[in-house]
Amino acid sequence: MALTRTDGALTPGPSTARPAVRSGRGGRHGSNEKRVAALPSAILLLGAVYCLLPVAWVVIASTKNNAQLFNTFTFSPNGSLWSNIQGLSSYAGGVFWHWMWNTALYAGGGAVASTTVSALTGYALAKYEFRGRATLFNLMLAGVLVPPVVLALPQYLFLAKLGLTDTYWSVLLPSVLSPYGIYLARIYAMSAVPDEVIESARVDGCPEGRLFARIAVPMMSPGLVTIFLFQFVAVWNNFLLPFIMLSDENKFPLTVGLYTLLNRGSTAPALYSLVVTGSLLSIVPLMIAFLGLQRYWRTDLASGAVKQ
Amino acid sequence: MRQPRKRTAPRLAPYAFVTPAVVLYALVLLIPIGYTLYLSLEKSQVSGLGLGLGGRRQVFAGLSNYDSALTDAAFLSSLLRVVVYSLILVPVMLGLALVFALLLDARRVRFQRFARLSIFLPYAVPIVIASLLWGFLYLPAVSPFPVILGKVGLSMPDLFAPRAAVLSVANIGVWGGTGFNMIVMYTALRAVPSELSEAARIDGASQLQVALRVKIPMIAPALVLTGVFSLIATLQVFNEPQTLRPLTNTISPVWMPLMRVYDLAFTDNNPYGAAALSVVIAAMLFAGSYALLRASTKRVFQGR
Repeated sequence: MALTRTDGALTPGPSTARPAVRSGRGGRHGSNEKRVAALPSAILLLGAVYCLLPVAWVVIASTKNNAQLFNTFTFSPNGSLWSNIQGLSSYAGGVFWHWMWNTALYAGGGAVASTTVSALTGYALAKYEFRGRATLFNLMLAGVLVPPVVLALPQYLFLAKLGLTDTYWSVLLPSVLSPYGIYLARIYAMSAVPDEVIESARVDGCPEGRLFARIAVPMMSPGLVTIFLFQFVAVWNNFLLPFIMLSDENKFPLTVGLYTLLNRGSTAPALYSLVVTGSLLSIVPLMIAFLGLQRYWRTDLASGAVKQ
Repeated sequence: MRQPRKRTAPRLAPYAFVTPAVVLYALVLLIPIGYTLYLSLEKSQVSGLGLGLGGRRQVFAGLSNYDSALTDAAFLSSLLRVVVYSLILVPVMLGLALVFALLLDARRVRFQRFARLSIFLPYAVPIVIASLLWGFLYLPAVSPFPVILGKVGLSMPDLFAPRAAVLSVANIGVWGGTGFNMIVMYTALRAVPSELSEAARIDGASQLQVALRVKIPMIAPALVLTGVFSLIATLQVFNEPQTLRPLTNTISPVWMPLMRVYDLAFTDNNPYGAAALSVVIAAMLFAGSYALLRASTKRVFQGR
């Protein structure tokens, strides 16, 4: 009976509940209300300009070859973008595209695995009663507070002992566990998956694994997308962990690769235009993903505290 | 109507579900931390002449690594620097984030959609790349600022001068972090029942008064959380100064605490000292954030 409720009506995810919140706003304002508030608008615009400035700079600067970079006004574009991309692609046997591919692998693979683990664990913590549940939950909460950057060195020391440093696993494994993702998944499972649905599925003889995969996951999916995105960005941005773990240039992600390129540039400034172009190419994919998936970014850190 | 739970409640399924997380937790958290604690109590000792293979061996060191960590001049001065850095960065970043969030939530304000996207955009830029971009903007040879400032008769200050460098690095943090915190606060603001603001406005409150008296108190939990998380994050600063190092001599290899850890481990080849210093930093951060969270919002982390 209760199973009929699964289709759509009960998926409160982080992004779907919004439109109703403000139904009272917009529309019927008095004439006084229609006047634009000039100063607040100007402040917002100023904030936007500040945030766009470096992005605009890198877009324009990557159209310059090395001489133009140093000799022409930086906000007037030149025509060297294509030759910069070619130069970057041929640098050290095309290692830049290795970095791009590695980053996609670390961030994509890490985030998919991390979301899966978080969903499983969060769902179990929210919907089952079992011995050790409270301990496990407290462990995960403590994990949220363990600073990941400080953890990088211990992880290195341990993996070095196992002889696993300088492998893909050394960067992937630490990216899969996300205590914060588990914490969020538990909240989504509590709010999005009604107990009645689970119980009646069990009465119908649905095995627990299928119950999770076919019923709980679809109900939690808006929240899971958010967990995926957070983890994807976190891994994409990660620097210290791969910086410590990896020494083989072919396994570097973009962040570490571009850093080493800049480092070499300090003695060979001819590399600067490659660094600039590489920076541009490395932020393009995330910006596209980010603009395309905007509506999933509206979750709040404190969703546990604010949402019911 | 309700089915009695026990009849069908499974026993093994939850353990199967949490197994991957538990294994990973042990593998990337508990064991590395334990191993680091162990290493922090060890040291390497030269035996014999210290030549050749086996010339050094690992022996128990007691608390001597902690003793040197807590009296390490490089660490202590970097600690002072990171505190100053965080005390500048966090209030500026959260202040801006709050102002922008309130403006996004206010009426009669233009450019809201454009500004929301633009200000959040830096979140999509990795810190290393952000530091590269700002680093170039700070570099007079390639920066547009000298030309622009020159037009109005000003010259560009040296943004890598010893005192300015902390501000220059903090600016990168502000740039990268404001948007994310703005969205967190904005989301919290949207959850404030609009009747509250409407009622205050009918009672004659101005938009500013509504913001100060109604909206800000209502989103206090979000403000506290962003504050604590931002503080924890800024105290761990590593990427920005490390990335700027090739561009300036001002930023030493031990400029910030985590840089000192890295330096100990990989330049001084002293993993034991680095382990002890990691433990010290982690303990300080953990204790600090726990106390802050505990004191400010008991209910936020109770987990209901």
